[in-house]
Amino acid sequence: MNLTLILFIILAAVAIASAAGLLISRNTVYAALFLVLNFATVAVFYLILGAPFIALAQVTIYAGAIMVLFLFVIMLLGADKLPSSQVLPWQRPLAIVLAAVLLVEAGFLLFQRLQITAGLTNPDASVNTTQALQTLGLELFSQYLLPFEMTSVLLLVAMVGVIVLTKKEKGEPG
Amino acid sequence: MPNTIPLSWYLGISAALFAMGALGVLIRRNPLIIFMSIELMLNAANLAFLAFARSFGVLTGQIFVFFVMTVSAAEVAVGLALIIIIFRNKHSIDVDLMNSLKG
Repeated sequence: MNLTLILFIILAAVAIASAAGLLISRNTVYAALFLVLNFATVAVFYLILGAPFIALAQVTIYAGAIMVLFLFVIMLLGADKLPSSQVLPWQRPLAIVLAAVLLVEAGFLLFQRLQITAGLTNPDASVNTTQALQTLGLELFSQYLLPFEMTSVLLLVAMVGVIVLTKKEKGEPG
Repeated sequence: MPNTIPLSWYLGISAALFAMGALGVLIRRNPLIIFMSIELMLNAANLAFLAFARSFGVLTGQIFVFFVMTVSAAEVAVGLALIIIIFRNKHSIDVDLMNSLKG
């Protein structure tokens, strides 16, 4: 049992546990913090997979920007202590059964197709990381330049859309 | 450092996280937590992308994950704005109360 394997098992346990914490926590702020923990562990997975750029983007974009936005909205609305409505009695068991079916289905496909993935090399971080980063940047700005520019337009549209949506009309109360 | 983690382990983690995200969308009533569960599912898909990208030895998976992250950032901004205006109109964000198309 080598070091990477131990690290993988610990990370997997933390990732699953924090996802479970997100599902069961009553307080929305705690749920958001569990999700930050989950994003951080997934970022370490990305590092093990030899993708340092994506790992750092995960930390800055997901765990940083998106979760700060979430926490900001939670505190703005006071949503951490909203009263919960009447729960449908059959909803929770049915949802758990459906999620279990989804998991079994995904696992079945995974192991049914294992002979296809068996021929592949196991993922490791043994690549030259600096060189891989350079190649990633070059590809992003040559072959994938148009999609890259499209994302900037998308972000601009989202920004303008958010401002228009949340702007109060003149004379509107509240 | 030698690495012996098989590809299927990463895919297993990815499938488990995705199923938990789907469960969160189904059982929770708070739209903020539903949103977070959707982020969890996107993250699980990203993990599968990167594991496959590493196995095939190509960078396309990493570039796709980058685009997924950008799109989900835009999606979160718009979604949270919608939640804020729903809260402003109804003084609640319970998804069970969002059963009419009129504001």
